[in-house]
Amino acid sequence: MEYIFHIIILISIYGILALAQNLVMGEAGLLAISGAAFYGIGAYVAAIFATKLGLSIITTLFIAPIIAGLIALVIGASFARFRDDYFMLATLGFLMIFNTVTKNWEILTNGSYGIPGIPKPQIFGFIFSTPLSFVFLSLFLLIIVTIVSELIKRSSFGRALNAIREDEDALKIFGYQTSRYKLMIFTIGAALSALGGVLFASYITFIDPNLFTVNESILLWAMIVVGGMGQTRGVLLGALLLIIIPEMLRFVGFPTEVVGLMRQCIYGLLLVFFMLYRPKGILGIYKL
Amino acid sequence: MKEKLLELKNLSAGYNETKIIHDISLFINEGEIVALMGPNGAGKSTILKAIFGLIEHTGHVLYEGEKILSTPESLVKMGVAYVPQGRRVFNNLTVEENLEIGGFSLNNKAECSRRVHHLMNLFPALHAKRIEYAGSLSGGQQQLLSIARGLMTSPKLLLLDEPTLGLSPKIVKEIFQTIKTINQDQKIAVIVVEHNLHSLLPITDRAYVLAHGQIVASDSGPAIAKSDILERVFMGKI
Repeated sequence: MEYIFHIIILISIYGILALAQNLVMGEAGLLAISGAAFYGIGAYVAAIFATKLGLSIITTLFIAPIIAGLIALVIGASFARFRDDYFMLATLGFLMIFNTVTKNWEILTNGSYGIPGIPKPQIFGFIFSTPLSFVFLSLFLLIIVTIVSELIKRSSFGRALNAIREDEDALKIFGYQTSRYKLMIFTIGAALSALGGVLFASYITFIDPNLFTVNESILLWAMIVVGGMGQTRGVLLGALLLIIIPEMLRFVGFPTEVVGLMRQCIYGLLLVFFMLYRPKGILGIYKL
Repeated sequence: MKEKLLELKNLSAGYNETKIIHDISLFINEGEIVALMGPNGAGKSTILKAIFGLIEHTGHVLYEGEKILSTPESLVKMGVAYVPQGRRVFNNLTVEENLEIGGFSLNNKAECSRRVHHLMNLFPALHAKRIEYAGSLSGGQQQLLSIARGLMTSPKLLLLDEPTLGLSPKIVKEIFQTIKTINQDQKIAVIVVEHNLHSLLPITDRAYVLAHGQIVASDSGPAIAKSDILERVFMGKI
């Protein structure tokens, strides 16, 4: 049963991350590859504040999105003028800087050794120490992020983001300052990714820089592409499938270390397959 | 006596280092329909883009007698709407959502809804499709939507770039009739760039003929139609 709880928790965490990434990529069409960086910022904020300053994880659930959002606001101010592949390269550059900082700023991040002993969340004396209690916490946060995502999608702000995705220049004709919209959604996406990072850090209780590489960003892309870009249900389905499919390999006799290696191959193959045969994803209506 | 609504003085513009239009001076009065005509590459669309601040330019743009800084944001607020070439509707938004996007600068939800309602009455073809995706509309319906979207802010001046491009003759006639109706009923001045000269000239008050980025003739629509200037320009004799 604990294994099932573990899978549900992973689906919830990646559901949050994929929804956050979808706001930027699916709704606004910004090919950001920095999802793993903001996920990592959330995890590191939780780890550092909890282990070095003694703050509770619940407190960091509020602090981490603010810090990630502020960082996104600062870097996004210069990225917002970029489009398409230029934007992707700029965000990849940011992810590389984040990885370098986490590996080398040892006083703060403990470098490649990582940060162990991250506590479980605790509220009013109740500790989310059992897998079942963590399932409830992670599902609760997933529901909140899903609601936020849907509210944005159905608002006039969401419509403007969709219009940016389709034809940014045409939108400017009506007086929209599109760079502001792009900056706003980039910041919101970063803040929500950080929420997933906090949850992940307190669940695993240990983080190191190798957990937040470009592979994680590609996984989030794969979840969105497979499930269906710009569709909340589709993105959640993508997260569900891409967590469950590699796990199924365990049941057909593959050893654990092979499953780990196969995971990236599966994500890559799925991306190629969907790009070739179903570019809109399972439930999507837009192409990448 | 009609007042000058928009005036260009010595306007030059282009893309990067290449100048497309040189020292263009023209004007449009309140409530007029003015056509910009000429062969491909003459600079007609470039004039509209320069007026609307979509490309860099030198020279002056005067609106209601005052020099203005041409940016889409400021022009929309002043009452200028631009309907670009190629329709450029948002295919994955509904007809109604496209119109709401056009009403962004109204900054008033109730007024925006009122305008959507008004335009749906003005364009019954769109009313029937209000909750359908713009991408599912025919070319003619998309062009009507594009014009209606431009009208969301109740502009005083409408800049129309090739509104009949790629449409059948029957639809072309309907589009020109719509432009005339808008002009007469709502007193909206229109600058229109167009290739369908014979359909357009009867509804224009004045026309400017362009060649090689410069104005080579200007007169009333019927006078231009009677002269041989268009033939000479399109045959490359000027």
